[in-house]
Amino acid sequence: MSNSKVKIILNGLITENPIFVLILGMCPTLATTSSAINGFSMGLATSFVLIGSNVAISLLKNLIPDKVRIPAYVVVIATFVTVVEMLMQAYLPALFESLGIFIPLIVVNCIVLGRAEAFASKNSVIDSSLDGIGIGLGFTFALTLLGIVRELLGTGKIFSLSVLPEKYGMLVFVLAPGAFIALAYLIAIMNKIRKA
Amino acid sequence: MTYILIFISAVFVNNIVLSQFLGICPFLGVSKKINTALGMSGAVVFVMTIATIFTYIIQKSILEAYNIAFLQTITFILVIAALVQLVEIILKKISPALYQALGVFLPLITTNCAILGVAILVVQKNFNLLESVVFAISTSIGFGLALILFSGIREQLSMIKVPKKMEGAPIALLTAGLLALAFMGFSGIVK
Repeated sequence: MSNSKVKIILNGLITENPIFVLILGMCPTLATTSSAINGFSMGLATSFVLIGSNVAISLLKNLIPDKVRIPAYVVVIATFVTVVEMLMQAYLPALFESLGIFIPLIVVNCIVLGRAEAFASKNSVIDSSLDGIGIGLGFTFALTLLGIVRELLGTGKIFSLSVLPEKYGMLVFVLAPGAFIALAYLIAIMNKIRKA
Repeated sequence: MTYILIFISAVFVNNIVLSQFLGICPFLGVSKKINTALGMSGAVVFVMTIATIFTYIIQKSILEAYNIAFLQTITFILVIAALVQLVEIILKKISPALYQALGVFLPLITTNCAILGVAILVVQKNFNLLESVVFAISTSIGFGLALILFSGIREQLSMIKVPKKMEGAPIALLTAGLLALAFMGFSGIVK
């Protein structure tokens, strides 16, 4: 793989990490990271939609008239979301239940539409799919990390494996306020690491 | 009584932003000044109520009637996008004053996940049409309440010196976390 291809993937993972750098797609990030496994699965589901919609849109980019491009992108994205929704409902019903409303809401995740508009509509199919993979990995990484932090602080477990005794768990980190607070500190730490 | 319960639950106990995590983008994005927060809240109340009525009718009379409920996501997002455009055009014609106040916020609302979220929630909760309308209005009031409170705090916060690494998003999220903590005090009022 040539250097520029690697760069596209790294760009999504680190330089333009959607959560820690661009601060996009906050709703699923905060809502689905009460445990590491939920955050990880949400990341994968969104990545699938991202890669699919990036490829489809870069294939269709010359056919879509400029004036109606946003509605056209939204339809493409909504199609992939429906695919994920139906697959999950059929094969992973427990996960579908716990992620709930946030699966259909991938449609309005600004990251997906943002990449369609900013990258897939201007670049080749291969580059667009790599961009989808990179941003998807960055998103999954961020969600999993936040999920791990919250699960560890909240219940003393990581991926449901006990690490600390349960009595040290601070329940608030599993609940809503903990999501905001944990993410605030994670972004601050990432800022420090990036600028150091 | 049910309607009062729906109202209290949606505004305070299960606040859409602070406990359901919907509509975080506008919550963080347009909360730097109280005035813009007021405008955004008004626009959300308006659009959320209309959008919920429309999507509810479509869900019952088309999607469920013809057994094509799996098209819900695609249908709802298109209906909402079209509706926002329509509201914008009509408002411009009928009430230029209102358009002046809400105009810039309307395009932003299409990507506000709270609108789509509420449209899907009322279907999941099996509400009837009147309950759905009450739910939509109270949810959007809850959104407005959280947004206006938050923007008030942020206006004050902008005058305080914040550690360099915490500037911007981190301090905003931290503030939201404390606000969420305060709202947790309402839990238990309504099941």
